[in-house]
This record gives sequence, structure tokens and C-alpha cells, in this order.
Amino acid sequence: MPPMVEITDVRKSYGDGFEALKGVSLDILDGEILALLGPNGAGKTTLISAICGLTQPTSGTVSVGGHDVVTEYRGARALVGLVPQEINLEPFERVMNTVRFSRGLFGKPRNDAMLEKILRQLSLWDKRDSRIMELSGGMKRRVLIAKALAHEPQVLFLDEPTAGVDVELRRDMWEIVAQLQNDGVTIILTTHYIEEAEAIADRIAVINKGDILLVEEKSALMTRLGQKELRIELQEPIDRVPDILAAWNMRLEQDGLVLVYSYDTTQDRTGIATLIREISDAGLILRDLQTRQNSLEDIFVGLVAEQEDAA
Amino acid sequence: MNLQAVRAIYVFEMSRFFRTLLQSFVSPVISTSLYFVVFGAAIGSRIEQVEGVSYGAFIVPGLIMLSVMTQAISNASFGIYFPKFIGTIYELLSAPINFLEIVMGYVGAAATKALFIGVVILGTSAMFVDLTIQHPFAMLAFMVLTCLSFALFGFIIGIWAQNFEQLQLIPLLIITPLVFLGGSFYSISMLPPVWQTISFFNPVVYLVSGFRWSFFGLADVPIGLSLLAIAGFTAMCLGIIWLIFKTGWRIRQ
Ligand SMILES: Nc1ncnc2c1ncn2[C@@H]1O[C@H](COP(=O)(O)OP(=O)(O)OP(=O)(O)O)[C@@H](O)[C@H]1O
Ligand SMILES: [Mg+2]
Repeated sequence: MPPMVEITDVRKSYGDGFEALKGVSLDILDGEILALLGPNGAGKTTLISAICGLTQPTSGTVSVGGHDVVTEYRGARALVGLVPQEINLEPFERVMNTVRFSRGLFGKPRNDAMLEKILRQLSLWDKRDSRIMELSGGMKRRVLIAKALAHEPQVLFLDEPTAGVDVELRRDMWEIVAQLQNDGVTIILTTHYIEEAEAIADRIAVINKGDILLVEEKSALMTRLGQKELRIELQEPIDRVPDILAAWNMRLEQDGLVLVYSYDTTQDRTGIATLIREISDAGLILRDLQTRQNSLEDIFVGLVAEQEDAA
Repeated sequence: MNLQAVRAIYVFEMSRFFRTLLQSFVSPVISTSLYFVVFGAAIGSRIEQVEGVSYGAFIVPGLIMLSVMTQAISNASFGIYFPKFIGTIYELLSAPINFLEIVMGYVGAAATKALFIGVVILGTSAMFVDLTIQHPFAMLAFMVLTCLSFALFGFIIGIWAQNFEQLQLIPLLIITPLVFLGGSFYSISMLPPVWQTISFFNPVVYLVSGFRWSFFGLADVPIGLSLLAIAGFTAMCLGIIWLIFKTGWRIRQ
């Protein structure tokens, strides 16, 4: 099957000459959830804007469902729903009205039964006659989602749907995303929260400074870059790692009470047994041992640091 | 053509208008009445007749034009400025619509509101003075065309404006003087020759003159010229809007 969204060598320079996208290529597959992960200013919103028609790429092409977003914008945009990062809503409008407007704008005939279904799914049905300004922040975010879904898009872009949202609502949001995927919607979401990408994405793309650093199946990514840490708690704190242990590249934490050793789980020999022996040879007394699987966060921080070093 | 979208924008914009229908109705009634008290009664009692028409009746076309133009501009400029200001413009930009459809929705709604106010003023005036309209269809056509072309102009201002001050600037600085100096309250022939010549560079003169002709059959400039002026103005506005959307100026970064 051809990709749902095909991004080919997209560059974007803003008026001031700043290059926010430096030749991004990315295929988004039909029916997947792709998390676009990157720090502030990485270019996530810019990339989404280029796909959805909010900004004109300086060069490169984007197509959605086989339609070029510039030359065949009607076909492309009809497939796309966009939930922007900022809460952009008219405060005096009523929920139902604004959702109905969105549907009409995308050329769909009025269908209040469909809108009811969407509002119920987002727990907004009771609020359908409320003014936007009477809603809480989380509800407003859901109104934005309802607006994006009102025309039954096949691809949904969620730009930081859970920024500034409490834990409960974040879980709700994840559930909604999962439901939408069940309904066959392709979903691209941007986030700073690694646990979010970890929790719901099928694939993860890491973007920084306008470059895609990596795109990979989540599970493959986790194993490939999966590092483990052995945390060795000592009876007595030490000032520095003893010289005879220097080869292990350990670091000291918690005022010298914890030695941390990072190792790769994919290696045949991790050397832990030898390390433990050498530690007791050095005269240190162990109190406790813990291991910790590297989270996506560490992978991410590692990747970004690598790019920084390369620059 | 995405007519659903045009309809959606139009209905959405009009619903804003209907929410404040009473205001929209009352304020032109009051201001028109004030004009009649000041111009009609105070000044009119000294002038009595202009070119065979009572002064009270003479100013009616100008009064209507004044309101219709400013209303069309302010409604249309606000209509498109507001989504820009509040950020909801993202939806327009990401929707499968072209500039013509966006313009039809916003300008159509703004023109409708202006037309409504024009009709209210006409009705109010009829209570103060005897009005006979010699060419009712031409009158209506002129009013509709003026609503549309000035709404187009307002749309451009709304896209150009980057803050609320700029939104008010053009109407205040350019339109109001042009309208007041455009023969709304006097006949151009009443001016000294130099000022008559200067007046003919004022586009509003052609509109007011044509509109007044549809009422009383008398005009400062030939009616054909008036029609040409309004058609030219409309075409110019459409051209500018087309350029704006083509280049994405002040809309798409
Ligand atoms: N309109 C603009 N004009 C000039 N520069 C811009 C504009 N919009 C964004 N940028 C710059 O482009 C870069 C990428 O911005 P973008 O909004 O895409 O980042 P992001 O990944 O979405 O960040 P965040 O996580 O903070 O939302 C930033 O350095 C930003 O300053
Ligand atoms: Mg962003």
C-alpha cells in the first residue's frame, strides 16, 4: 500500500532566513500512529503546517492520499483533520455551532447525527450549547479535536494534544486516539512527552533543528537503543570513582552513594559479574543493586546530544 | 466549487449578526434620526431646496451611502481580521477551499449586513421626509453593488491590518472624509469651480451621484460614469484579493 502521507525533501525558510526544516523526508503509513518527538523549536509545528496548508514549503513536496498538497489541495485537505497546538477558538461561539461550521467548511453536508457521535465520543455532548469561554482548558482541547473530526478525516494531526493537560485527561486522550485508530484513522501526533510516544505510537520519528534524526518502529527502537543501567548503592559514600575501576566508565550519583554503570543489553557479555568482583576488590561495600531499562527519553536525549556534538 | 463552505462561512458570520440584531437595528435608526434633526431641520430650514428637491429628501441617498459604505467596510474587515487575531484562521487555511469561496462567504455576509442597514435607514428616512424613488431597481442595484464593493475593500483592510488600530485607521482616515466630501450633503454644483474639479477625483462622488440619480433622476456626473466607477472599484478590489491569496501575503507565513 502506498503511504498515506508522503513528505519528500521539504525545506522551509521563514522570512528572516531561518531554516526551520532542512530537507525532511518521511512516509506516514495508512492506519498507523506516528509520534513526532522533538524539543521546543525542533520544527514539529512547521512540518505539520506545511502538510496542512498553513505554510508554503520553500521547496519539496508533500502528498496526502496521493494528492499533492499544493496542486491538488482540495483532494489532499479533504482527507486531513488538524488539531493545532494553540487553543484557537472563538470565545463567544457555542460548541455545536463551531463544530458544525468546521464540517461545512470542509464541504460536507450537514449531519447532526454524526456530530452528536463525535461530541459523545469526546464527552462534550452535554456541553454542546455552552459557549467556548465557559469550558475548561481540557474541554476546549477536545472541542478542537471535535472540530478536526467533524468532516470525518482519514488523517488526523494532533499538535501536542496533551500539553498542559492533567494525567486523567491525558489518558482519556490516549484512549480517544486508540479508538480513532480502530476506526481506521491515520494519526500523527507531536509531543515532548516521551512516555506518550511510548504509550501509544506505532512508530516514532525524532526531529531536532529541522532534521529528522530517526524514524523507527517503537519496539525496534526500544531494543536497538535499549541501554540498561546498573545502580550500585554503597554502604559509605566515596569522593570519586577509584582508579582501578576507571575502565568501567561509571559515574557517581547521590553524593557519592551510588555508582552507575551503563551497559548494552544486546551485548553477549555485560561484564557485571566481573564488575561486582572488582568493586569488592577495591574495598567498597555494596548495600543494594538495581537495574533500570533505558526509557525512550534517554534515547531521545542521547540522539539530540549526538546531533549537537556533530554540529 | 465548495458551496457548502461558502454557506458555512456565510451562516456563521450571519449568526454573529443575528445575535446582536437589536443593536444592528437600533443604532442606524437613531443616527439617521439625528441626521434629520441636525441637517434636515436646522440646515434644511435655511436651504429648503436643492435642484428642485427638498433638502431633507436630498440628503437621503448620501446618508444611506455613508452608512452602507462604512458598515460594509467595518463588517468585512472585522470578519476576516477576527479569525486572524484569534487564530481560528488556521481552519480556513487548512480547508479544501479557494480564495473565491472564502471571499464569497465573508464578503457576502458583510454585504448582507450593510444592505440590511441601508434598508433600515431608507425606512427611517421615509418617516421624516416624502420620498419618491424614480428608478427603484437601479436604486437597489446601486445599493447592492456598493455593499459588495466596499465589503471587498473592507476584506482587504482586514487582511492587511495587524492590530485593531490599523483596522480603524483606513475607514477613519480615508473613507469618512471621502464620503463627507463626496457630495452626500450637497450638490457638487454648489461648490466653487476649483473644488468641483477636485471633487471629480473623489470616487465616492460617482457613487453618491449615481445613487441620487436613482432617487430623483438628477446627478452630478453621468450615470454611465457612475456605473463604470463602481465596476472599476470592484474589479480592483477583486484583483488585489486574488493577489493576496496567490502570494499568501499576511496569511500564510
Ligand atoms: N512564523 C515564523 N517566523 C519565523 N520563525 C518561525 C516562525 N514559526 C516558527 N519559527 C521558528 O521555526 C522553528 C521551529 O518552530 P516550530 O514551531 O515548528 O517548533 P516546534 O517543534 O513545534 O516547537 P514546540 O515544541 O515549541 O511547539 C523555531 O526556531 C521557531 O522560532
Ligand atoms: Mg509546536
